[in-house]
Amino acid sequence: MTTLAGAPSTDTTEMNIVQAVHDTLRDEMRRDDRVLVLGEDVGARGGVFRATHGFLDEFGSERVLDTPLDECLIAGVAIGLALDDMLPVAEMQFADFIFPAFNQIVSEAARIRYRSNGDFEVPMVIRAPWGGGVHGALYHSQSIEAFFAHVPGLKVVVPSTPYDIKGMLIEAIEDRDPVLFLEHKKTYRLIKGEVPAERYTVPLGRAAVRTEGDDVTVVAYGLMHHFCVEAAGRLHGEGIGVEVIDLRSIYPLDMDTVLTSVRKTGKAMIVHEDTKFLGVGGEVAAQIAEEAFDDLDAPVVRVAGPHIPAMPFSPTLEHRYLPDVDRLEVALRKLAEY
Amino acid sequence: MTRSKTASADAAAEAEAQEGEVTSGDLSLLATMLRMRAFEQRIYDAFSENKLRGPTHLGIGQEAIAAGFAAALEPKDSVLSTYRGHDHVIAVGAPLDEVAGEILGRATGLCGGKGGSMHLASAHHGHYGCYAIVGAHLPIACGVAWSAKLRGTDEVTVCFFGDGTTNIGAFHEALNIAAVWKLPILFVCENNLYMEYTRTSEVTAVERPAADRAASYGLEALVVDGNDVTAVLEVARDAVAAARSGNGPLLIEAITYRQGGHSRADPGDYRKEDEVAEWLTKDPITAYRNALEDRGADPGELDDIQAKAGAEVEAAFESAFGAPVPDVLQAHTDVWADGGSAWRN
Ligand SMILES: Cc1ncc(C[n+]2csc(CCOP(=O)(O)OP(=O)(O)O)c2C)c(N)n1
Ligand SMILES: [Mg+2]
Repeated sequence: MTTLAGAPSTDTTEMNIVQAVHDTLRDEMRRDDRVLVLGEDVGARGGVFRATHGFLDEFGSERVLDTPLDECLIAGVAIGLALDDMLPVAEMQFADFIFPAFNQIVSEAARIRYRSNGDFEVPMVIRAPWGGGVHGALYHSQSIEAFFAHVPGLKVVVPSTPYDIKGMLIEAIEDRDPVLFLEHKKTYRLIKGEVPAERYTVPLGRAAVRTEGDDVTVVAYGLMHHFCVEAAGRLHGEGIGVEVIDLRSIYPLDMDTVLTSVRKTGKAMIVHEDTKFLGVGGEVAAQIAEEAFDDLDAPVVRVAGPHIPAMPFSPTLEHRYLPDVDRLEVALRKLAEY
Repeated sequence: MTRSKTASADAAAEAEAQEGEVTSGDLSLLATMLRMRAFEQRIYDAFSENKLRGPTHLGIGQEAIAAGFAAALEPKDSVLSTYRGHDHVIAVGAPLDEVAGEILGRATGLCGGKGGSMHLASAHHGHYGCYAIVGAHLPIACGVAWSAKLRGTDEVTVCFFGDGTTNIGAFHEALNIAAVWKLPILFVCENNLYMEYTRTSEVTAVERPAADRAASYGLEALVVDGNDVTAVLEVARDAVAAARSGNGPLLIEAITYRQGGHSRADPGDYRKEDEVAEWLTKDPITAYRNALEDRGADPGELDDIQAKAGAEVEAAFESAFGAPVPDVLQAHTDVWADGGSAWRN
């Protein structure tokens, strides 16, 4: 079954994001013994966020691999497993630690299908908790999507509701190409929602319209999309209609949904935590300019991370870095009034 | 994945009796090495004649290692090698015209012309790819080996790499995990003494860059004369048997020498003349031919084998040179599982 929105189902349970990751992975491992998990402490501790809690007992150390502290190895081993008919789901403890594996992911995983002319494929998933708002400072808060989405051959997805986590994680595991499955760590326990008990998938590369509105389109993902929904709710009271689009996937990028909305509202804003410069917002804005220039009533606006190397620690500095609901509300009102 | 390794595997079955009578397996092993040599020389000529673009890294002088190991393998086994990998792909039985076609960038090449010399691969022959990021394939090989184990098979993975590779982290990472997970894998270091221009001994504190480190990770290591194909085959057979029966991993350091430069752009003149001259006297193919003659092989028959190898290579190149280059639109194929490269949904 394929469902785009949070379609109702008879048998659902309310859960948070990390629970959705846990239950989905567990169910997929029960269903198909080619699925296995590997990463730092994924067995012994169930991962630092407990996404694989209890897995070692249930599935054993052959399918729940506690690896050395070595991201290059984790990615490399996952690639090899995937080349040879397994469906590995590798965990990077934090997205910030993925860079030793950059080489494996970019130079190897992304290119193997292409360079072998389709003889080999790398159906692996790499899960990584990303994003700020947890006082993690420079090395536990980063956004990494732009680095990887730049690379043809990789899929990069950013689901941020429990419903999407389940549907997209199943889809990512089934996908025959490498998928970076980015889970916003601030949403892990913050965001709750109903999850159907039945197995369903959500296609990679379909955005979701979270609130409808006629005045401004705002495109976001991860924690930021939740903030945008909140800001849209406040503006609704003032008679300003904000259409919030949750991209859910950076690559493939669902411009159809974005363009349809922008053609209706004539005004577009893109919001992300990641650095503004050469970030996802630049790509979305460029495509809006290419495809919907004549429909625009205002310049496209980007609200995004400042040009500083990483999220600073001090809460005031962190706050300065991370857009919040108040700031989004002001920016959206300004665009609506343009 | 269907496999069809050819010549070398047959050779293994028959290459018994190193002393005494020459078997068809022995002759087949010689033929494999002669094919590799003729192939690499044809590549060298092609780039001297400006008929070939891009970097190529020849294995001239190192043939015995790939030939010996491939002869000990079965079709179900897996091989990974480096950018200096023509020999390994030939050894597992990939068709010469497709290998040549790939190196010449033809549509008929092993990878449709997308990979080229440094990135050959043949799923059909259990060759999981040549890797041009030094060291990157060692962890990948561990994944392949883990899969073999998980699937309850007795498949063996052989991972070839150079001496210089022993100083990059991935080498150490892979050895460690292979030992911890008791993987059915053979790490085969082709120690040709040099990285690109620097002698590995200048940047390495131990004498045997691979073998001397193996013990730190709990691996057994063997050192073998990589120019003696009989010795390589013997070591390979034992090592493959050990790995197959669950006694892996193992590391084998095969000492050899590349007779030419690192790549086409390198004349190799940073090496002393007498050093090169000395190694030329240890040429693995000449040595093996002499050994076969000593054991009573008919020189005329050996000449015929050599001529046949030359002719096979010539025919393969003729076919490859005559083959079409890929349609430009092929550049946009096989980026994604649907076969395409669409960047919008
Ligand atoms: C990570 C990385 N660094 C540097 C290079 C450039 N490079 C290509 S081959 C090579 C030397 C490798 O030496 P060795 O491992 O002994 O292999 P050999 O070429 O002798 O077979 C270097 C430095 C590379 N390809 N990848
Ligand atoms: Mg070397």
